[in-house]
Order: sequence, then C-alpha cells, then structure tokens
Amino acid sequence: MSEPLIRHYGPKAYDDHPPFRYPDYKSTVKRSPEHGMVRIVQTLSETTGPGPAWSEAASVTADDADLTTNAGTGAAAIGERIIVTGRVLDGGGAGIPGMLVEIWQANASGRYAHWRETAFPAPLDPNFLGVGQCVTDADGVYRFTTVKPGPYPWGNHPNAWRPAHIHFSIMGPTLGSRLVSQMYFPGDPLLPLDPIYNSAPAHSRERMISVYDHDVTIENWALGYRWDIVLRGPTATPFEDGEHR
Amino acid sequence: MNRLPETPSQTVGPYFSMRLAGEGENRLAPAGTPGERLRVEGRVLDGDRAHIEDALLEIWQANAGGRYRHADDTRDEIALEEGFTGFGRAASDFSTGEYWFETVKPGPVPDPEGEWQAPHLNVVIQARGMLLPSFTRIYFSDEAAANDHDMVLRMVPAARRSTLIAQLVEGTTDPHVYRFDFKFQGDDETVFFDF
Repeated sequence: MSEPLIRHYGPKAYDDHPPFRYPDYKSTVKRSPEHGMVRIVQTLSETTGPGPAWSEAASVTADDADLTTNAGTGAAAIGERIIVTGRVLDGGGAGIPGMLVEIWQANASGRYAHWRETAFPAPLDPNFLGVGQCVTDADGVYRFTTVKPGPYPWGNHPNAWRPAHIHFSIMGPTLGSRLVSQMYFPGDPLLPLDPIYNSAPAHSRERMISVYDHDVTIENWALGYRWDIVLRGPTATPFEDGEHR
Repeated sequence: MNRLPETPSQTVGPYFSMRLAGEGENRLAPAGTPGERLRVEGRVLDGDRAHIEDALLEIWQANAGGRYRHADDTRDEIALEEGFTGFGRAASDFSTGEYWFETVKPGPVPDPEGEWQAPHLNVVIQARGMLLPSFTRIYFSDEAAANDHDMVLRMVPAARRSTLIAQLVEGTTDPHVYRFDFKFQGDDETVFFDF
C-alpha cells in the first residue's frame, strides 16, 4: 500500500490571535474552554482538510463575487460601491490558489439581512443579500464588488457599536488552517472602542484593517480596498520522522 | 525563512448562517455512497450548560474506505466516491440547540506509526462569543477495541476520553444514531485539541 504524505505544520501562532476568553466581549465568558487544550500528534486527519475539496465542489460563478447585483433583482444595491481584493497567503508568503472565500456583511445602513436582526431599525435593501463567494486565482487573489457596510449597534455594553466590517471564511489547505476573521476599514473611529477588534493582541490587530488602494479604485465606479489574508502553515522546516510540533 | 504573521481569528458572530451551513450541508453522503449510514446529533453547551443557539459545526472525515479527499492522501488504491467530499456543516437549531449530521462511518485512517486510528470525525466548532475555532474529534461507542488502540485518544488523559465518544442510541439501525454533546467548561468539558 502506498504511504500517504504527512506534511507537518508548525504550531498555530496562538500569540497572534485573540484569547478564547476575553471578558470585555461578554459572550466569551461562558463560551470559552477552561481546560487547557490537549496537544496531539499531527496525523493524516490533521494534515489534510476540507478546503480544496470544498472549494472544488462549490459551484461558483463570477456573479457570486458582486454583492451589488447578486440579489438577482435586476437593480443595484444602495450604498458606497467598493472593490475589496487581496491575496490568500500561506505563512511563507505563497499565494494559495483555488481556495473558496466566503463573505457576509451588513448593508450600507448597518442592517444584516438575517431573520434574527430585529432590534436595529435600519432599512433592509431588497437589492442586497450581503453574501458572496469567489475562488482565489492562480496567485491566490480574491476580488469582490460590494457596498461598504454600515456600523451597527449590539448589546455587549451601553451604546455599543460594531465598526464597519466584512466577515471572511476560508477553510485553507488543511484542517488547522481554518480561518474566520473580519476585515475592517482604515480610519474607523469605532475601532478603539470595539472589544471584538481589540480582542486580538495589540501587535497583530491592525492586520485586520484593509488599506485604501488607489490602484484598485476604478474611475467613475468604485473605491478600492486591499486586504491580504495569511493562513497558518506550512512549517518552515521539515520534521524528522516521528517527531511532531 | 521569514514567516508572515497569521491574520487574527475573529468570531463568526450571530449571522454566519447567511452564508455558512446552508440547506443540505449537514448531509454528507448522497444515496448510493458506500458505507454504514449514521446520524450524529446533539447540542453545544456553554459553561452554564445552556445550549448554544448559534453554533457552527464543521466536520471533516475519511470515506468508508478510510481515505480523505485531499491531495496529500495519496493512497490511490482506495477509491473516492463522486459527491462525497467528507466535509459537512451544520448550524445548531436556534430554539432547541440541536445539531445533526447524516453521513457514513469513516473507515480506519493510518497514524504516523503505521497503526490504524479508530473511526472518527474531525470537528471544528465556532459561534458568537468564540474568538477562535475549537478542534476536537468524535469517536463511536461501538468501536471500543479500535478506540483503545487509537494513538490520539491515548494522548488524552484517561479520565477525559469519554468526552470524545459518541453514544450509540440503542435500537437504531439504519442509520445508526449517535448522541454527542459538546461541552464548554466544567469537569466534563469536551477535550479540545492543539495540533
């Protein structure tokens, strides 16, 4: 029987991520594990992952990446039209091709088109679903057209408002490279006040802020923002047989 | 080699189901997929043992032959089936907290020492209030001998192994139904992995 490839991954850089428990974000208090994680060996179950197969199975069309029109109503969404693009990279800086990028967001008024959102009296836009998908190209580049999401209130603390953000979900090449993050916008005055943004360590949180890129901006059409996403792994140095971590 | 720092993780928030865990994503195996049919169901429970009404659960598994649909699983002699990726997503039910997956029991997958791992589902859990994904595995109560020899289970303190074993519901046959609750905090917290 042929030997499967075991391509080991370096440890997850937990120091670059938020902690599980961050009391300023109140919901984390009861929803975080309290025992330490158990370190396990990387087996084929961990060094493979659903990203490639899931991306291949997704039936993605170019229309899916344009959130201003993908409601399919024939009319455009209301709001500040923007381009959001960047690369999905591994830790070595190589672009990851063929990877499904899934996004969801509020509309320009800060309202999510989700049945649970009933408290915030901002208008829904019948021409905006707030969801999109695309697959990265050979260089790992993704690209969406959308409207800039509005800030919205939430119940974490008095007069709490989330800064404008777009949710990103990427499975990555292996199980351990799974990433869900949020892309923020430069200069947002709500960022210093937001416990979710600030849950990430000071040295890493600015990596979630997109940059305005005039080369992405399209004349007479849309402003451009660039945001690169770095996933875990692969490891920089090969491991000896039988060794892990 | 200079490493690029990882992009920080953030919560999926309360609205992920706009995009993730769509209709049918928790049914992994279309009719005709080889293997023993099973349904695994349960709840995700918080530190007060209240159900988490907005959890996102993702599973990744080998097919009945024990092979993953991934370029690094190079064992071409084990067939892969069309329509079975080995990936599923479920959102917990807002009122009851129940999640479920319907799939086939994964076959044995080799461990790094060439022994066989017990059948298992790899699980990633996220939710509002979770800033990072939590990784764990679901094993099966009717695989006791295989579980006893499983390299990963043996890395877990013996007293906590039972938190990783789904219990077969007596009398269920096709599909076999297993119960598995994920628990955050407390003495019986589910074991979560770092790898």
